[in-house]
Amino acid sequence: MPARVAIVGVGHTAFRATSPGLSYKELMFEAATRAYADAGLDARSEIDSFLTCSEDLAEGTSIFDEYVPDQIGGAERPVYTVGGDTIQGLATAYMQIASGIVDVVAVEAHSKASNVVTPGELHAFALDPIFVRPLGFNAHAMAGLEASMYLGASGTTREQCAHVAAKNRGNALANPSAAYAAAVDPEDVLASPPAFAPLSELEVSAPADGAVVIVLASGERAKKLAGQPVWVRGIGWATGTGLTAGVDGGSADYAKAAAEMAYHMAGIRNPPREIDFAEVDDSYSFKELQHLEALGLFGHGRAGAAAAEGATARDGELPVNASGGCLGVGQLFEASGGQKVAEVVAQVRGQAGPRQLKKAKIGVAQSWRGVPTATGAVVVLSHD
Amino acid sequence: MRERTTPLPGTPLSDAAVHQGKVLTLEWPSSLRYAWDTGVAVGRFLSELKRGRIIGRRCHRCQRVLVPPRMFCERCFHPTDAWQYVEDSGTINTYSESHIRWDASRIEEPILVAVIEIDGASGGGLLHYLGEVRAEDLRIGMKVKAVWKPAEERQGSILDIRYFRPFDSAQDRPA
Amino acid sequence: MRKVAVVGAGLTRFMRRAQETGPELAWLAASRALESCELNLKDVDSVALGSAPDAFDGVHMKGEYLSAGAGGWGRPVIRPYAGGGTGVLMPVHAWFNVASGLSDVCLVVAEEKMSTCHPHPQGAFLTIFDNILERPLEPNLIWIFALEMRRYMETYGIAKEEIALVSVKNKRNGLDHPSTHVAEEITVEDVLESEVMVSPVNRLDISPVSDGAAAIVIAAEDVAQRLTDKPVWIDGVGWNLDTAYWTNRDLAYPSYVERAARMAYKMAGITEPRKQINVVEPYDPFSYKELHHLEGLLLADKGQAPKITADGVTQRNGDMPVCPSGGLLGVGNPIAAAGLMKVCEIFWQLRGEAGRRQVPGQPKVGLAQAWGDLMQVGTVVVMRVD
Repeated sequence: MPARVAIVGVGHTAFRATSPGLSYKELMFEAATRAYADAGLDARSEIDSFLTCSEDLAEGTSIFDEYVPDQIGGAERPVYTVGGDTIQGLATAYMQIASGIVDVVAVEAHSKASNVVTPGELHAFALDPIFVRPLGFNAHAMAGLEASMYLGASGTTREQCAHVAAKNRGNALANPSAAYAAAVDPEDVLASPPAFAPLSELEVSAPADGAVVIVLASGERAKKLAGQPVWVRGIGWATGTGLTAGVDGGSADYAKAAAEMAYHMAGIRNPPREIDFAEVDDSYSFKELQHLEALGLFGHGRAGAAAAEGATARDGELPVNASGGCLGVGQLFEASGGQKVAEVVAQVRGQAGPRQLKKAKIGVAQSWRGVPTATGAVVVLSHD
Repeated sequence: MRERTTPLPGTPLSDAAVHQGKVLTLEWPSSLRYAWDTGVAVGRFLSELKRGRIIGRRCHRCQRVLVPPRMFCERCFHPTDAWQYVEDSGTINTYSESHIRWDASRIEEPILVAVIEIDGASGGGLLHYLGEVRAEDLRIGMKVKAVWKPAEERQGSILDIRYFRPFDSAQDRPA
Repeated sequence: MRKVAVVGAGLTRFMRRAQETGPELAWLAASRALESCELNLKDVDSVALGSAPDAFDGVHMKGEYLSAGAGGWGRPVIRPYAGGGTGVLMPVHAWFNVASGLSDVCLVVAEEKMSTCHPHPQGAFLTIFDNILERPLEPNLIWIFALEMRRYMETYGIAKEEIALVSVKNKRNGLDHPSTHVAEEITVEDVLESEVMVSPVNRLDISPVSDGAAAIVIAAEDVAQRLTDKPVWIDGVGWNLDTAYWTNRDLAYPSYVERAARMAYKMAGITEPRKQINVVEPYDPFSYKELHHLEGLLLADKGQAPKITADGVTQRNGDMPVCPSGGLLGVGNPIAAAGLMKVCEIFWQLRGEAGRRQVPGQPKVGLAQAWGDLMQVGTVVVMRVD
């Protein structure tokens, strides 16, 4: 019987291409302040444990863990960092609560991508230093390679991928926190300059800055708080085979494994029927389709056609990335998963304003850590 | 580990083996560069350093003046309330004499460093250099004062202060 | 609360420089840990992987790079991180994995390959300092130890000779550890006469950077009982991070270690740690840190750890053996792996399997502690054998 754990507070800053007036600490403080106000909790006395999600080289500081506690209320408290994305942080918080030794955990993640002067160099540093990095190509090209593999194996077309990019950038128009909202149609996407073939520029998400804080609590504790809890029905995460190890026809095995873990915990046997909407990683247009199939929300090779037919639009049967996704909101390093969770929570609570979906009782948020990783996580959140 | 007599795995190499090319290696120089937004608190701190002053932030709930300044008080987790100038003098909390550089290379002339509790700040300290003093004369509790670069050389950096030197307020003229 | 035990452990040699890559080092330790409890990778539900700064390896998101070597393939993997505290944070994090019910068997791997960083790994530590207010001063990592050491010495009137005894003890203890690359028989005079790096720190007060890996296997109660007749229970976990503003803190006392210890003691039902804990492995990257940490762990009064050291209490055959492994000073310092090595040591000590390092008296309860960041983090586990 899985433990009852709920999200009781969410706070985030706007997501913008740059954030010149604010330091990363100030962004974190804003997100934390908003989250704790949303939860109705005092940071210094009512939060038992704090987790942050970050990578040193993205920050430009080694042992970045040092610099996190003060601005999230964690000074002199149990705090550690997860070198992973927000949903992996949420999984850790879930495990802390389910183990019984803490009741309330805050999870933070942020991006200050605009402060990385050499993003190409940063991404190159993630490549295998012996076998891949010396080839000297831009790391995004690995997404291009995987896109070719996926299109070939699934029969998905470039036009269908372009639909995803147009949908998501267009969805972001209704999201005041999004950095890259644009009214573009699939033709515009295909006509944009080639980036990493077969991907064009508008199919590649651009970086953005921002911070997210999410507060989780045990079921007992959640019931005592004023707000409406959003229940963590299931959570899963996995690391699979990387691209250079030979991926099975471009099938995002990490997403499949993470989803299986989460669905099993949630008791979900028929995802397309039981899940109302999803926020999945779309760092590159094709990834949305690949991830939807890995999550079992569409059959193998069917997500592309479904997207082109409008099934994943805001008014479709299974809305995907109503927030705008990475393509519309921006790529937020480890906070991308946090942005997705924030959107799912808002939708389930009925607080998504102009983006509010009609059917939003159970949603899925899925993250991927980006090229060259094969790591991702999935969380199923519901109204009850 | 049942008591094992077989050695544990791992193949030690000597530095010489690497430097003399006896082992195949691959080098990758790092050119990772960052331009950090200083933000409201540290941005103001730096611009005040350029003007030859040290500034902190006040938290009225905790009755503290925070140096380095921050827009949040980590103790009570509320926004800090006001800017407050502090002195450019202080007391040595602890000190040391370094014979090595940041990259572990040895230096002839040792560097003197200290944590200095700034006058006017609430136990707030800064890491900085000490100068115009011999290592053997240093004491915890010694009063020190900032020696600034001339105004035209200041850039809005912690290095706008050259170092802190011993300071006898009765004898020294104000800065 | 679900009972969780350590059931297996494995180590590589610790070396100044290893030929093996990071993933290879991880694999060597992980496979030995699995072998030690006769498990295969397929028996492992989840992996916790620990490694300190990516800057040493020159690989961004290095957890992903190391993952396959640590068994993190086709299964859930998380990389918890707390700088130098990572080695003992690992079992804390793995404990959540299993105590939560999400996992029955968690493989915990800590790996460090510091030698990759040229010209000297110590240079990478420049980047741990505040990017705007400290880095321009070009500090060396040893500065903060020296500043803390002096504050500790002067607050309590401790002499260098007293602190040097820790280096002597641990380097001698380390002679019995198969992983060591830094153990030797030295005297207090040797320590005092060794090169002054940053006063009052001498060369022999420091454990040098190393490459190496360590791994343990953690299992839920029913699995643990099947795998071994001597499961070592994780009775208490604690972790605590102090403010980043280290220049605003009292460096004479590691209050974050006390807070972490109290968390672990409370959970383990330990009310008189000095009586109830039989063997201790506190983090000792520098000689004075063992003393500083013993006080933070409430195992000695403030300023009194030097006295119990001089009295022989902390020798292997003393009333409270401290660092019977040799610690970082005696074995080596591959950051995350060094902390996990201490957990391995407690595991073997409590099972009576520490060979020449075995402390007498059949210890039943042991503690491992690690520390890191900017004199900031304390991570503690209390382990017990029935």
